[in-house]
Amino acid sequence: MAALGFNNSLGIHDNALLVRAQRSEVLANNLANADTPGFKARDIDFKAILRGEVQRTQNLEMDRTRANHIPGKSGGETELFYRNPYQPSIDGNTVDSNVENAEFTTNAMSYNASFDFLNRKFKGLTNAIKGQ
Amino acid sequence: MSLSNIINIAGTGMNAQSIRLNTTASNLANAQSVSSSEEDTYRARKPIFQVLQQAGIDRDWSDVDLDHDVGQGVNVLAIVEKQDPLDIRYDPTHPFADEQGYVYYPNVNVVEEMADMISAQRSFTVNVEVFNTAKTMLQKTLTMGQ
Repeated sequence: MAALGFNNSLGIHDNALLVRAQRSEVLANNLANADTPGFKARDIDFKAILRGEVQRTQNLEMDRTRANHIPGKSGGETELFYRNPYQPSIDGNTVDSNVENAEFTTNAMSYNASFDFLNRKFKGLTNAIKGQ
Repeated sequence: MSLSNIINIAGTGMNAQSIRLNTTASNLANAQSVSSSEEDTYRARKPIFQVLQQAGIDRDWSDVDLDHDVGQGVNVLAIVEKQDPLDIRYDPTHPFADEQGYVYYPNVNVVEEMADMISAQRSFTVNVEVFNTAKTMLQKTLTMGQ
């Protein structure tokens, strides 16, 4: 049995919380630039990052047996993608305020959910330490 | 940290939209400011928005890694005067009429300004909401483990 440590017991939730915070930054930037000509809306693919994290935690990352091997793509690397606009505008701006607003709100709720999961992990650890 | 960054981003958004509202107010207030020559006439003013990148506005664009860099909000690059032709009216009895009897009115389009005003107001509200959401998220994070 693995030793009880903070890193093992928190699961994926601490990383999920960080990615949610990062994603809300990207979406906030989209909303701030809703009237900037030529601005292209960006987003983070949360699912892809999550998949990378799950693989990393399950030790499925590629091994490098020689120094000149190219490292396999590690999880946690956030790549920004461009959003496909529903209604492209003539000034080249691809921010759709309604879409971004919905995504931002959903992301904030998911952040709260991740936070609650993480908080419960901490509470569980506290109970374990107290021995109740 | 990204959550406090969001507050900054929403702040730049609110700032940009209030500058836009300011130009709209100036344009509407001066919509009927007449003058007797083309050079002296008020021209409609418009802000130019630009994405603010990580290290500030002086940063070279070749340094920016668009795959991983998140923009840091919006920046008002400049306020420019609209180059549309002025509204020139023939009114010899007007006190500001020139030798040929023409009076020069600004190129302010009141309908366009009103639409701009509503758009600025909406965008401002969106940024305020982003600010409030980020604040709630940050406050909640501070209660972790309690």
